[in-house]
Amino acid sequence: MAEIQLKSLAHSYSDMPEGPDDYAIRQLDHVWHKGGAYALLGPSGCGKSTMLNIISGLVQPSEGDVLFDGKRVNELSPRDRNIAQVFQFPVIYDSMTVYDNLAFPLKNNKVPASKIKARVHEIAEVLEIEDKLYKKAKNLTADEKQKVSMGRGLVREDVSAILFDEPLTVIDPQLKWKLRRKLKQIHEQFDITMVYVTHDQLEASTFADKIAVMYGGQIVQFGTPTELFEQPNHTFVGFFIGSPGMNLIEVQRCPRGVCFGGTVVALEPWQVDVLQRTRSTNIKIGIRPEFVEVSSVASDDTFEAEVLDVEDLGTYKIVTVQLDHEKMKVRQSEDFAASIGSRVHLSFPKQWLKLYVDEFLVQEQQ
Amino acid sequence: MQKVQNNKAWWLVLPVFLLVAFSALIPLMTVVNYSVQDIFGPGQAFYVGTEWFKEVLSNERLQDSLIRQFIFSGAVLLIQIPLGIGVALMMPKSGIKGSLCLILLAIPLLIPWNVVGTIWQIFARGDIGLFGWGINQLGIDYNYTGDTLDAWLTVLLMDVWHWTPLVALLCYSGLRAIPEAFYQAAEIDRASKWAVFRYIQLPRLKSVLIIAVLLRFMDSFMIYIEPFVLTGGGPGSSTTFLSQTLTTMAIGQFDLGRAAAFSLIYFLIVLLISWLFFTAITHADKEK
Repeated sequence: MAEIQLKSLAHSYSDMPEGPDDYAIRQLDHVWHKGGAYALLGPSGCGKSTMLNIISGLVQPSEGDVLFDGKRVNELSPRDRNIAQVFQFPVIYDSMTVYDNLAFPLKNNKVPASKIKARVHEIAEVLEIEDKLYKKAKNLTADEKQKVSMGRGLVREDVSAILFDEPLTVIDPQLKWKLRRKLKQIHEQFDITMVYVTHDQLEASTFADKIAVMYGGQIVQFGTPTELFEQPNHTFVGFFIGSPGMNLIEVQRCPRGVCFGGTVVALEPWQVDVLQRTRSTNIKIGIRPEFVEVSSVASDDTFEAEVLDVEDLGTYKIVTVQLDHEKMKVRQSEDFAASIGSRVHLSFPKQWLKLYVDEFLVQEQQ
Repeated sequence: MQKVQNNKAWWLVLPVFLLVAFSALIPLMTVVNYSVQDIFGPGQAFYVGTEWFKEVLSNERLQDSLIRQFIFSGAVLLIQIPLGIGVALMMPKSGIKGSLCLILLAIPLLIPWNVVGTIWQIFARGDIGLFGWGINQLGIDYNYTGDTLDAWLTVLLMDVWHWTPLVALLCYSGLRAIPEAFYQAAEIDRASKWAVFRYIQLPRLKSVLIIAVLLRFMDSFMIYIEPFVLTGGGPGSSTTFLSQTLTTMAIGQFDLGRAAAFSLIYFLIVLLISWLFFTAITHADKEK
């Protein structure tokens, strides 16, 4: 087990990177603490897998350092870093049985035979593939193969960390949930540092204590699922986390707040302060669909909007409304009754209305 | 839906049937025809049944060359398959060096058989051939025209030079088809080089190796021109392989009945052993 630190890390797949666009990872500093269960969340192509491969040593970073417990390991190969990694698609040794597949990393590490046997059975039990142990790995189904792949990562006890690169892509949804819980259990049981790459927020939040959200080669926020939901640090986090994502509206500076079209939204004095000091014209306000309040009666701080669409998702409804020229999503309970085309009144509770300048959250100075 | 029955469609099979008939069936039946008759000339044919077959099977000259043939093909496989795999493993994976290796390897494959025989016939001579002269200069008495062992080694060496590249190219293509993720997983699992070969590369080379083994077996079992040009089958009859014995019988002695019977046996041996190889390799890991 080790603490993994990334110091001003940058990586480009091109030999002669010309601009920031040539970089898969840009100037990134981050620490994965010992024994944590982390998720690395982001859209396809944001640099997640690159980062994972840099940690495991399959890829050499073009700039910056990788430190394990404070020791630079840039030049060490994956075998010397003692790291386990599970790939997106199952990699199994076709000609071996399931048992031999699981025992393979242990045999390579010269673990005594009796220990191997015990350990392989333990992991097979956790992954529920005990009855398949003496079958040829080649004849397994795709998700059984992926379990074997994962098993090979989990079977080693002494690893610095286990890295998962979207390991559940090929698994069907029911089993997915079960395996995610399994991984979590294994983490609690063995207390190994785990980093789990995914583009699925649900997967990230069920597995991890803390989630790092990656966007454009950078980590834009690192926090608990609740923090990501309630305090999105970056417009991308707001948009990416939550279903549907945060409502983001481009606005202009106005006295006492911001405005768009003919609508004026009042802000807190400290937010207005910040706005006055910045020169940027890239200003957005954001509020999550869950926090918009809807009422049928107008009052001082409500805005009139038209209901465009209502989607009934069984346990709640997603209502699309038009406020001025902006479309917004609002989450309402099942008893929301307004019909399409009718008028409703929205209000934005102050603590949930976020202000973004240059895509980053404006936070209150303490 | 109403299905239309129209048996005239069978006529469409006719071209294929004719093609196969002229390319395979009719020539083969000619041989069968000769193998069961004694033909002296037009209109003078006598049915002899299986007599030619019996005679051929008990012919000592043929038995000897059959044994030689098995030893030769066995040696070819034992040397060329491992060597070809080894060469493929050592070749650069890509880039200009890789292409260069491919071209160099392919050159022997492009040389006509009788030219290969001629090249080695001269190359291995003790007086004017660089190879033969060099060996003699090392103090080793080497003369492929006089010494049985030397003749054998020269024929084998020639075949290895000529055909190992084929095995290597096949294996090279097989190796390139292995996804990078397998090597990455092996690296993560801390597998040794040997383990990578044994558990990743070799199992994934299986299908190309089946092709390589079959091709090399069939080709080497039917070898004719190269030893004929190099040693003429000698010294004595020590490097006279099956094809040469057959040719001598059919053309030299014009013994068509015997030659035809023998051709059929030859054909069946090649077929039988190829089938054995194929089933042995493909069934090897199905059992468990």
